[in-house]
Formats: sequence, structure tokens, C-alpha cells
Amino acid sequence: MMMEAMTIPPFERFYAENRDAVFAHLVRLLGRQRAEDAFQETFLRALRGYDGLRHGRYLRAWVFTIATRVAADEGRKRHPEPGAAIDGETADDRPAYAQIEHLAEELPEKERAAVVLRYGYDLSYSDIGAALGSSEDAARQAASSGVRRLRRRLT
Amino acid sequence: MTSVPNALDRRFRQAAAETGLLDVSFDVADTPIGPLLLAVSERGLCRISFDPEPERETESLARTFGVRVLRAPREVDDVRRELDEYFDGRRREFDLPLDLRGREGFSRLILERLARVPYGEVTTYKSLAVEAGNPRAARAVGTIMNRNPIPIVLPCHRVVGSNGSLVGYGGGLDRKRLLLDLESGRLDIP
Repeated sequence: MMMEAMTIPPFERFYAENRDAVFAHLVRLLGRQRAEDAFQETFLRALRGYDGLRHGRYLRAWVFTIATRVAADEGRKRHPEPGAAIDGETADDRPAYAQIEHLAEELPEKERAAVVLRYGYDLSYSDIGAALGSSEDAARQAASSGVRRLRRRLT
Repeated sequence: MTSVPNALDRRFRQAAAETGLLDVSFDVADTPIGPLLLAVSERGLCRISFDPEPERETESLARTFGVRVLRAPREVDDVRRELDEYFDGRRREFDLPLDLRGREGFSRLILERLARVPYGEVTTYKSLAVEAGNPRAARAVGTIMNRNPIPIVLPCHRVVGSNGSLVGYGGGLDRKRLLLDLESGRLDIP
């Protein structure tokens, strides 16, 4: 295990390494104009949670989940009708990401991140690859082996 | 890849500073002795570094003050202004609160003594050691000067060897000479 990857970097480094990817992600979800507000909100939320992090692994996946949540809130504000693709609400009223995060808790971290981002946030594999710092294929594999593992556990 | 527009980046940095959540805000300032990294915590000025490459300095700031370290230029405006006045020869003392967390015991004592060495004068490593009640600690004082977290404002450039030689300086001897010349009026920095 690389120690360096586990230490939480200064916020400046985290921000500098992720701002462009997060902004591009938000532009895809919300369009240029609304992405700007969501961008600031995303990194302010990240700043609030930052000193509560226990390690520095998968920070990109972490900030992508925040960004996606911010975008979902934005979507809910604009499109309050139920079932809008972006807000991901389901019958039991808990957002998909909350249900899946709970289910996926015991998966190895990379698989968990891939499963949550794919099925909780409906991110494309190329976005997930970007979030995890790996390829689209690797993201697809991590998500599918996570799902296999979940299935074995649930049956 | 779409990059973040500069205006948005600036707006976020300012908003982040306004939350009051930052452990440290910093920026790099251009000065007559080269670029300096300036950093402040909520308690005061906590770092001036001759190494303008923020990457190395932010790691060290994060270890001492907390991980929420962010470049936020407006937060160091007071420091920038007082330094400008100093380099213009219009300021002899700094009115900035200092944050010396991470420097305890003997180091702290020495740095507090150092803060009282007046503009335009010099003292020696030995005298600082004597003043602190430990005459044999001249070498330790040298090490403390070398690791001074807030050079210029804590004027370690005013500390020289017992024979008057400049000895050393964290920012290089050229800078030490320049600062002493500035303070003695032998030099007008453009």
C-alpha cells in the first residue's frame, strides 16, 4: 500500500488536481451556466468535509459524488417532478445513492466507488474511470466485479 | 478537458476564505528580493518562505496548522502591503499578529527575542543565546534562525557572527546582505 496515496493532501493540491475534471463533469450534467454555481458549492461542501476524511484514497471519486449530489439538488430545484433522471429518487424516498452506498459498504474500496458512481449516480464508465484515475475498461470491470460480489452476498 | 475559468477559480477561493474554515490561506508575492510565499492562519501571519513553489510549503503548512490550506490571495493583502512598505523604506516595524504554533520551548523563546532586535541594528547568535539564559547555545540559535518560519518580519537577517561575518541565511547570503543594506540606508531598492 502506498503511504503517499493514503495521506490527506493539503486542500490546495486536492483542489488543483480535481477542479478541471469536476467542472467538466458539472458542465456535462448541468450546462455551462449552472455548472459555475454548482462548482463553487461542490468545493465548499468538500472543504467542509475535508478535515473529517480518514484517508486520502479515492478523493476524486469522493468529490465526484459530491458534485453529482450538488447537481441532483440543482436538478430538483429546477425540475421538481418525480422521476427526473438526475435526482435518482426511488419508491422508498431514499435517493439511489444512499441505498447503494449502504449496500456497497463492505465491498473493496475501488469496487465500492465504481458501483456507487455507476448505480447510485448513474455516471458513465468514462466518468467513473476519470473519477477513479483509471481507464473506462477498468471502471467497468470494477463495477461488474462489485456487482457479482454483492449478488453472491445477497443470495 | 474543459478547464475552470479564472474568474470562477478566484470566486471559489474567496468564498472558501469567507467560510472561515481555512486553516491557512496563502499567496505568492513579488518583492524586490524575489517571489515570497506568504501564509496566514486565523491567528496571524504564520509563514514567509523564500521557496515560492507552493507545493513543498503547503505540505509543511498542512502538518503544522491543518490540511485546509488554500491559495486565497486577498487574505494575505495586509502582509503584502506591510512588506511593500518595508521594501520602500517606509516601514520599520511590522504590525502583524504572528502565529508561531509549531515552535515551542527554546525556539519560541529565541524567536520572541529575535522579534525585538530593532530595524537597522544587528545582534549575534551568541548574544541571543545569552539573553535567553543559555550562553552555550549559539549553535542552536543558528539552527533556529535557519528554520525561522517568518523571516524578514522576524528579522533573522539581523543576526550575525561574533566577528561580524554574515554566517548564513535561509534565503541565501545575498538576500541577507540586501536586507541589511536596505535597513542601513545604503541601498534604495527600486
